[in-house]
Amino acid sequence: MIIPLGWLVSFSLALFAIGVFGVVARRNLIFIMISIEIMLNAVALLFVAGSTLHPGSDGQIIYLLILAMAAAEVAIGLALVITMFRRWQSLDVDLLSKMRG
Amino acid sequence: MIETIFAITAVITLICALITVSSHNVVHALLFMVIMMLAIALIFFLLGAPFAAALQIIVYAGAIMVLFIFVTMMLHQGERSIEGEKTLFTLSGALLPVLLALTLFVEVLVLLNTGDGSNLNQVVALANRDTTKEIGLLLFGPYHQLVALAALMLLSALIGAIHIAIPANSKTEGQP
Repeated sequence: MIIPLGWLVSFSLALFAIGVFGVVARRNLIFIMISIEIMLNAVALLFVAGSTLHPGSDGQIIYLLILAMAAAEVAIGLALVITMFRRWQSLDVDLLSKMRG
Repeated sequence: MIETIFAITAVITLICALITVSSHNVVHALLFMVIMMLAIALIFFLLGAPFAAALQIIVYAGAIMVLFIFVTMMLHQGERSIEGEKTLFTLSGALLPVLLALTLFVEVLVLLNTGDGSNLNQVVALANRDTTKEIGLLLFGPYHQLVALAALMLLSALIGAIHIAIPANSKTEGQP
C-alpha cells in the first residue's frame, strides 16, 4: 500500500459528499441518478482500497456486486425516467409532489 | 511519485464530479462523468487492482454511460436539438475536458516511461498476487451463492424495467 489510507478515505468522502449534494440540490431526475452513481463509485473505491489493504480479494468481490447492483439500478431508474417523461413531458421531480393519494 | 499521480488523479476526479453535478447540459455532465470513471479506474490501477480497473472502464464508462446517453438522446426533441447542436459544441467549451483527459493520458505515459520502469514495477508488485485468479476462485468457491443472487437481481431488474417502460396503451394491445 503506497498511497496513504487517510488520503483515500478523505477522497472517497469528498466524492460521496459531492454525490449527496447532487441528490439534494438537483431537481432533474437524470441528474439525481448521475449523483447516485457518483456516490456508488465513492463507496466502491473504498472497498477496493480495503481489498488491497487486507490479504485476500474480498473487497473486489463486493466491488463486483456493487457493479451489478448499479447496472440493475440504472436499468430500472431509466425506465422510470422514460415513464415520467411520457406522462409529464418534463423531468422535474417537484411535479411528482402533485401525485394523487 | 505514485502519491503525486494519485493526488493529480484525485483532483481530476473531484473537478469532474463537481462539473457533473452542477452542469446544465445533461450530455456535458455525462461526458465529464466518463472522464471521472476513467480517473477512478486509474486509481484502482494504482491501488493494485487491475481487474477492478478494467471492469470500471468496461462496465461503467462503457455500458452504463452508454445507457444514460441513449436515454438522454431518446428524450430530446428532434428539431430543437438539431437547432441547438450548433451552440452545443464550441472549441472553448471543449477546452477543459480536453485538458483533463490529456492530464490523465500524460500521467499514464509518465508512469510507463519514467526511469527504468521502476514506478510501473512498484504498481505491478502490488498486484503480484494475481488478484484476477484469486477473484475467480473466490467467486466460484465461497461466494457462489452471491453470484446466483446477483444473477437473480439482474433478471428481476430486466423484467421490471421492461414492465415499467412499456407504454400504457400497448399493454392492452399485446394481450390476446
